Amino acid sequence: MAMKIGDKSFFGRVDDALQDDFMRQAMSSAQDRLRGKKQAATVEDELVGDWEEWRSAGEEIRQHTLDNLDFYLEQLSENFTKRGGHVYFAKTAEDATRYVQEVAKRKNAKNVTKAKSMVTEEIGLNEALEEIDCNVYETDLAEYILQIDDHDRPSHIVVPSLHKNKEQIRDTFRDKANYTGTEEPKQLAAFARAQLRETFMQADIGVTGCNFAVAQSGSISLVTNEGNANMVTTFPETQISIMGMERLVPTWEELDVMTNLLSRSAVGQKITTYVTNLTPQLVEDSVDAPKEFHLVILDAGRSNALGTEFQSALQCIRCAACVNVCPVYRHIGGHAYGSIYQGPIGAVLSPILGGYEEYGELPYASSLCAACTEACPVKIPLHELLIRHRENYVKDYGKTAEKMAMKTFGVGASSPLLFKMAVKGMPAAMKPFVKDDHIENGPGPMKLWTEVRDFPAPGKGNFRNWFDNRKKGGGAHD
Amino acid sequence: MKVSLFVTCLSEMFYQNVAKDVVEVLERLGCDIDFPKGQICCGQPAYNSGYRKDAQKAAKQMIDSFENSEYIVTPSGSCAAMFKEYPELLKDDPKWHARAQATADKTYEFTQFIVHVLKIEDVGAEYPARATYHTSCHMTRLLKETDAPSLLLANVKGLYMLPLANNYDCCGFGGTFAVKMAPISEQMVDEKVRHIEESTADLLIAADNGCMMNIKGRIDRTGKPIEVKHIAQILNSQTAEGGN
Repeated sequence: MAMKIGDKSFFGRVDDALQDDFMRQAMSSAQDRLRGKKQAATVEDELVGDWEEWRSAGEEIRQHTLDNLDFYLEQLSENFTKRGGHVYFAKTAEDATRYVQEVAKRKNAKNVTKAKSMVTEEIGLNEALEEIDCNVYETDLAEYILQIDDHDRPSHIVVPSLHKNKEQIRDTFRDKANYTGTEEPKQLAAFARAQLRETFMQADIGVTGCNFAVAQSGSISLVTNEGNANMVTTFPETQISIMGMERLVPTWEELDVMTNLLSRSAVGQKITTYVTNLTPQLVEDSVDAPKEFHLVILDAGRSNALGTEFQSALQCIRCAACVNVCPVYRHIGGHAYGSIYQGPIGAVLSPILGGYEEYGELPYASSLCAACTEACPVKIPLHELLIRHRENYVKDYGKTAEKMAMKTFGVGASSPLLFKMAVKGMPAAMKPFVKDDHIENGPGPMKLWTEVRDFPAPGKGNFRNWFDNRKKGGGAHD
Repeated sequence: MKVSLFVTCLSEMFYQNVAKDVVEVLERLGCDIDFPKGQICCGQPAYNSGYRKDAQKAAKQMIDSFENSEYIVTPSGSCAAMFKEYPELLKDDPKWHARAQATADKTYEFTQFIVHVLKIEDVGAEYPARATYHTSCHMTRLLKETDAPSLLLANVKGLYMLPLANNYDCCGFGGTFAVKMAPISEQMVDEKVRHIEESTADLLIAADNGCMMNIKGRIDRTGKPIEVKHIAQILNSQTAEGGN
């Protein structure tokens, strides 16, 4: 499945990540940099006013849209079709790629240019087009870098090549594209630009994702900083936009709010360099209008969440604000999640779209610190959804030993007598392991703890006795 | 003011001195403290691991135990936040849900209670040290208590507080996370300890025994000369009495 990254086990991927010093350095410095930029563009921007009000508005817009999804999807579809467009509702990733393949075959397309789109990564569109001998060109700089580096996978939903530094990019360009310049970012970008200019001109089909569709007018809104979405949708005669079925807003008024939330939360920009709004229309004998335009609306597991406790996950606008503050992502990076959707939203979304068998461990890759929930511009209760996933996961996949331990916990935590005995008996039980006032080599599950940290020895004396004694006029503690 | 102490299972088992300091500080501030004997654990280890039913058992035990309390005060933002989660945990049982809500509504973290209910910002403590403070995630993000600990610490005589870089990043405790995701947790606590070292503080003050157990465990294991104390231990220190 195209959403999946790598074949190793979760802990295998984590081990690889933890040994990649460069990647980790890149992640933590990116997080620190983005935090400052986001602060400046949100809570510290006077023009914004109360950022919390913006978040509430964003949440309300997304909830309203999801609660009335059938209505708005129909409206979107009607308005898109009315002007001569084709709308296809794809139940699965395969349905979506097959549809695009058919269009490409019918148009005898050789060259396809693409603007950045996570949903096309999700469905494996590039591979599907290559299968029918199309040349696919990623035109977002980060995606371009990954593509020419033997189809490396994205490690961040907004900055897909975050795990690479400029020296690595220079080497990739040299090895794969006969680049002869230095690692200076301007030179690298100029080189990519020159390469891409050619491909834009030769494209038969332009493929984009969709940041938001506007139901009211049947429009597609795309945010970029490179203007490549404009190029992708201007040159070719055929345009195809692909969107997750939840990625729409009712009207342009809501688009305004959502675009603000997205660009400010994602990269700390007040607005992205380009906001490309497409309302294509068939025009006879026009050289400017597209000859054919398609909108693929993808389900691929999203409807699993509708009407369930996970519906709020569909509020996501893919800004990666949660990824950018996640202390787990900070250390393991994106690839360790094994999904193109990484970080807290990835740990919530991947099991919804791809199931627990494949992604059931991801919800545990969080200390539940709730930094994600706090950062989310549309107020998805991410850390709570991670707990909901865990509740589902343990029902089918919980380990017997852990189930027993938790059962014992439940019994112990509802029996004062058992608890009293446990508190009383613990110093003696732990005595063989205690060294001075701590434990360095604990038994059972404590072993994983004491491999890296000391564990406190059970306290001497009994608090309850002390408290009773004090009430009777006893003294202070030691 | 009548206050019921929820001491937390960690304090009761490992940090009895912290529990005693909490009692002494609150008494000095004029509270009449009782200790409901039925209390055990808030249930968070089970709840956060996905074992809802087992967590419900713990929650009901606690709701029963604190039924007659006016205020519930606990030296842990995380355990207090778990009490606040009881209405969600017991939402499908109308009778228990109402009782859960009542329990949640009267629950306060220790410093939160002092500052916002008792309206006291200076407890008259004195503790000469160069210290930094670890902002626990559940206290700041779930309880949304961001001011109380620093207000109280600012008024401790002799205590010089230093800023802690990346104080918003989790220390890597996360309850069962620390053992379930041991390799990741290790990296998180290591980075936390590095930031504490870089603050040049001799003392780390924390307001949650979970975080404290994790950070102190790593500091001690790696032999760093940094002391770790719970905020109750600082607030109960008075040079005249010698403190704890």
